[in-house]
Amino acid sequence: MEVLYFAWLRERIGQPREQIETSAATVRELVTELAARDEWHAAAFADMAAVRCALDQQLVDLDSPLGNAREVAFFPPMTGG
Amino acid sequence: MSARVQTQAFDSGAELLGFGDGAGAVVTFTGFVRDDTGQMRGLEIEHYPGMTERALNDYGAEAARRFDLTDWRIIHRHGRLDVGEPIMMVATAARHRRAAFEAADYLMDWLKSRAPFWKREIGPDGSSEWVDAKDSDEAALNRW
Repeated sequence: MEVLYFAWLRERIGQPREQIETSAATVRELVTELAARDEWHAAAFADMAAVRCALDQQLVDLDSPLGNAREVAFFPPMTGG
Repeated sequence: MSARVQTQAFDSGAELLGFGDGAGAVVTFTGFVRDDTGQMRGLEIEHYPGMTERALNDYGAEAARRFDLTDWRIIHRHGRLDVGEPIMMVATAARHRRAAFEAADYLMDWLKSRAPFWKREIGPDGSSEWVDAKDSDEAALNRW
């Protein structure tokens, strides 16, 4: 699946997107897998209270099942307008 | 009834030509880049292409249902903006003023904490820092 990062998550990880293979069942399990990859991912996911998630461009909470989502995005709380 | 995400400036007066024809009430809100410190150069606004347009259209449609709007428009800019420039506007049209005011207020609260935009303040030396989300913006959503 395609994983996208925005704002300071993108900066901490050092790239805007990556393609991954995962067997995670939920967003939270996926985060655990990603955080174990390297120190950059670990830093990005260190405070999950400051991370929001969208599956196929719909906001979801961290315990949502990944289902057949093709695109998952992680970003900080929005500050638009 | 439309939502737009763009880098270029807009003229809120021009955007209202023909907007809400036949409505009893039109409310518009325009947000400008504000300099709270007296030293800010501007903002850099990042968004999530694809999701942003979808979210704005969803919120607009939801506001139309909820407040029985006859028309609505949302424009939000991204990229580099200088202090004093317009960032975004919301316009709502309804038969009665209260519905138009409430719908505009509702849309603003949703945009502040649910639309995928992130702001970075550019300081006097050109360095920049991400703006943290405010608890008060999240709390404002609970009114609805």
